[in-house]
Amino acid sequence: MKIAVCVNRVPDTETKVKIGADGKTIDKTGVNYILNPYDEFAVEEALRVKEKFGGEITVISLGGSENVEVIRRALAMGADRGILLKDDSQRDTFSIAKALAEVLKEISPDIIFFGKQSIDYDNQAMPSLVGELLGIPSITVVVKLEINQDGTIIAEREIEGGRERIRGKLPIIIGAQRGLNEPRYPSLKGIMAAKSKPVEEREAVKFENKAEVIEMLLPPPKKAGRILGTDANAVEELVRLLREEAKVI
Amino acid sequence: MAKRVLTFAEQREGKFKKSAFEAVRTGKRVADELSAEFYTLVIGDENVEKIAPELGDYGAEKVLIVQDSRLGQYSLTAYAKVIAEVMQKVEADYLFMSATAMGKEVAPRVAGKINAGFAVDCTDLKVENGEVIATRPVYAGKAFIKVKINSDKKIFTLRPNVFPVGEKDGKVASLEKIEINLNDDDFKVVAFETIAATQGKIDVTEADIIVAGGRGLKAPENFKLIEELADVLGAAVGASRAVVDAGWRPHDEQVGQTGKTVSPKLYIAVGISGAIQHLAGMSSSKVIVAINKDKDAPIFQVADYGIVGDLFEVVPALIKELKKVLGK
Repeated sequence: MKIAVCVNRVPDTETKVKIGADGKTIDKTGVNYILNPYDEFAVEEALRVKEKFGGEITVISLGGSENVEVIRRALAMGADRGILLKDDSQRDTFSIAKALAEVLKEISPDIIFFGKQSIDYDNQAMPSLVGELLGIPSITVVVKLEINQDGTIIAEREIEGGRERIRGKLPIIIGAQRGLNEPRYPSLKGIMAAKSKPVEEREAVKFENKAEVIEMLLPPPKKAGRILGTDANAVEELVRLLREEAKVI
Repeated sequence: MAKRVLTFAEQREGKFKKSAFEAVRTGKRVADELSAEFYTLVIGDENVEKIAPELGDYGAEKVLIVQDSRLGQYSLTAYAKVIAEVMQKVEADYLFMSATAMGKEVAPRVAGKINAGFAVDCTDLKVENGEVIATRPVYAGKAFIKVKINSDKKIFTLRPNVFPVGEKDGKVASLEKIEINLNDDDFKVVAFETIAATQGKIDVTEADIIVAGGRGLKAPENFKLIEELADVLGAAVGASRAVVDAGWRPHDEQVGQTGKTVSPKLYIAVGISGAIQHLAGMSSSKVIVAINKDKDAPIFQVADYGIVGDLFEVVPALIKELKKVLGK
């Protein structure tokens, strides 16, 4: 089975966001970067599919040369080879999706995994958009996946207040959600092996952006409110304030 | 040339979601500001014709209905095709949808079909010099970006619970059925079964009130306090990452950067210290209440009202007081 996983490099979740000098992106000074957390579920699921059906896993990432770190992380978990689409420019979702679709067309995988969203821009759009550009179906926010020998699929995805079960067929794109699996840690052996696995570098094909960021803003600072007390005696006042002042209950 | 705006009104199992009314109301407002013609689209099986007139109450004027027995079950591929084709038919320049589980999945596919730029999960839409400027959260709400779409066709999804529904207009919308040719190949993925989380459970992304618990609860069984408080308030139950990671609560309740970003009217954080990842996901709540033993917990920096105290005393007292005041 030909398997592809698309991964992204993002600021870690503890990052305190500051606005950069351009006023449109974050200040990258002192920021630690990690493999997008949802992509770990994507890589893990790819490994499980390979363990069941055999095949090869290609990891693809678009970004600067530093994105090779997240590719190596996926290789250390057990993926076979990497492709870095080099590009330092600011791209919108559409333009990233087009560049990824170009490469994916060439590989023509039976199944493609993404994290359900990247925790920087939180678009949650890539699996659907790349699927459309490739002309294959997609299922997002997937928490359970069964693939049968005949290529049919049953997936469960999260929706408001529950889950829905989706029927589909390979080839397909899956957007992995937390809960799908428990990602493995790269073993020392895996980390050593990853160093000798091939990572091909290419220039990402350019496409024009359709969405333009005009400005990045920080949320208005919240001022700390009132401490109403230190025990259950404060409860009556709290309920009164919620009803009469805040008017929320 | 006059612009045209299309809003997709999402229904599931023959019922509109509240977010569908939010989308229609917002679509209508933006259409008016753009002096655009306004259309609303409803898709589903034979039953949607019965519920479509309801949209007149929220600003819908021309309701377009696409009916097919196969559309009674959600299918990403078929829904995206129908929406894209209706957009072409009415020559819509703008599409508005809710950023629900369905909307978030469908909108990018429609965008791919009609080559439209998009902005997802918008929390504000303004018309400036004839352009729609969207504001949307990034980094789970640690920052916001203002976005302008430069392509001819533009798609926006709207975060549920943020845009006002307004008073009912009591207006009558015109209904028009549209035929879209669908074949079996359009149903490549189909939802064939829905599994409700737990009977009556409210999802955190849709809730007006959320009661969330953290490590301060000490043990999973103590979450019954949170559930009881949520029950009195008709609220959803939320959880911090720590307790989800510990396996105390399901991950669909997790609020924060790698969980759900929420914006309810009232957020009650119980035994949650307020790590930066958690604050990112909930700090846009309208009113925040924190109950925590540690007076230095970061949650108090964003809380409107705080009680520095033992939750095992405060929460039962709060439940009792609310029952009394709310007459339950």
